[in-house]
Amino acid sequence: MRRAAFAVGLFLALFLVLAFLTLPIVAIFVHTSPGDLISSLGEQDARDALWLSLKTSVAALAIIVIVGTPAAYLLATREFRGRSVVVTLIELPLVLPPAVAGIALLASFGPEGLFGSALDDAGIQLVLQTAGVIVALTFVAAPFYLRQAQEAFAAVDRNLMDAARTLGATEARAFIRVAVPSAGQGIASGIALAWGRALGEFGATLMFAGSFQGITQTVPLAIFARFSDDFTAALALSGLLVIVSAALLLSVKVLGRSPILGGGAP
Amino acid sequence: MIGTRMGAVESRASRHLVVLAVAVACLVGLAGCGGGGDDESDQLVVSAAASLDTAFNDYVDAAGIDAKMSFAGSDELAAQIRQGVKPDVYAAANTTLPDELHKEGLVGEPTVFATNTLVLAVPEDSQIDSLDDLTKPGTSIVMGDPTVPVGSYTREMLDQLPEDQRKAIYDNVRSEEPDVSGISGKLTQGAADAGFVYITDVTASSGQLKAIQLPADLQPNVAYGAAVVTGAKNPEGARKFIDGFLSGDGATALKESGFKPPPG
Repeated sequence: MRRAAFAVGLFLALFLVLAFLTLPIVAIFVHTSPGDLISSLGEQDARDALWLSLKTSVAALAIIVIVGTPAAYLLATREFRGRSVVVTLIELPLVLPPAVAGIALLASFGPEGLFGSALDDAGIQLVLQTAGVIVALTFVAAPFYLRQAQEAFAAVDRNLMDAARTLGATEARAFIRVAVPSAGQGIASGIALAWGRALGEFGATLMFAGSFQGITQTVPLAIFARFSDDFTAALALSGLLVIVSAALLLSVKVLGRSPILGGGAP
Repeated sequence: MIGTRMGAVESRASRHLVVLAVAVACLVGLAGCGGGGDDESDQLVVSAAASLDTAFNDYVDAAGIDAKMSFAGSDELAAQIRQGVKPDVYAAANTTLPDELHKEGLVGEPTVFATNTLVLAVPEDSQIDSLDDLTKPGTSIVMGDPTVPVGSYTREMLDQLPEDQRKAIYDNVRSEEPDVSGISGKLTQGAADAGFVYITDVTASSGQLKAIQLPADLQPNVAYGAAVVTGAKNPEGARKFIDGFLSGDGATALKESGFKPPPG
């Protein structure tokens, strides 16, 4: 009897979670016909925003994966003093509000920021530029990838790595040939999460990079710009972003053949 | 052995996150509690143009009004009201938006309560001192999005300029911001060289920005309209709040921020 009540409670909780998380997404499509979605693609500003979002998020992701993968490997496989402090610092942007991230980026890489004059001397301008969008996306999305990749590397069978070394593989070769492929599923889900976060970034981009069609106006900023004068168009563009993001998550899920949030767990 | 290794990393990582989450929750909780009013029902909910931030905060402080205020672009706030959000007071940086909402039956009769002046704003140490300087290639300009009042006033003003000058200025625009605080922020941070805001925003920047007056014949007519929202929880309080702009603490606060009284 008690057991049944408990089970009912569990199902009720799952039902609430499912309803709350999916209803708003369903609402977007209730108000948006497939025709609206297609006609929103016909507008130049929507196409510019979509193209810019794809370009900047892929660039951010490339930076994150190239630099983040070895960093995550180090954190997962070596013990050193201050390691836990490093992990905490890296995870900090996960809990930062985007507005704080925007201010922090301005305070560090803005013209008046800590590294402002150094960047200026090097001829690098980030604010109000496409490069600034990439910096903002990298900052907010990197922790998602690092966290997943670190867990995936930690779960790699040590015996496999030892075997590779015994067979004469160098440390670098063992990393590329054994560790990365074995951690593949976790890495893939890290990429999906970071990509999703980068595509959805709003606050830090607006504060650090501004909003200008074709240069810094990503899809979320374009949605916000439309919200005030054309709610239907804002809905259509939102629907488009949902579809792109869902396609992304699904394709990684299919490629990785593992539950996305499971991080490669059995 | 592998299992424990993985477990160690996971639990350590999640412990850090838990500590962080708790710390952040405490901070948020503290801020929330501090602001929590004693009597929710009397609290006035005000949606106002971002340019009214300083003036309205001074007003409620001086008059001792318990108000919850949300500042954003007038157009965003109007869109929220159209989507069913019901503050008690809606105050916009133009008269068109309150008039439109009134016609749609969403707010009561609007009151024009203040006027403002559009200016060219530059960082305090800038060399720029006229519209002509904005035409130089490499000058970065920020302005309001076309849908926010400050952006439409700016375009209305620029559209009166000779073709080549107008085009050169538009070519230098690097960001279209959703509200005036975005423009001021970009300027005080040195992210842009010049922007178009209201004189009151320059006053509010406490010396970080300086205002360059626009030629009188280009100056748009910037009037602020406010109205009681239909279905407001506290319509009497809302009416009193709006009437306070015309005389008393509201009028004083607006004047101190650099607003001018409505014409007539």
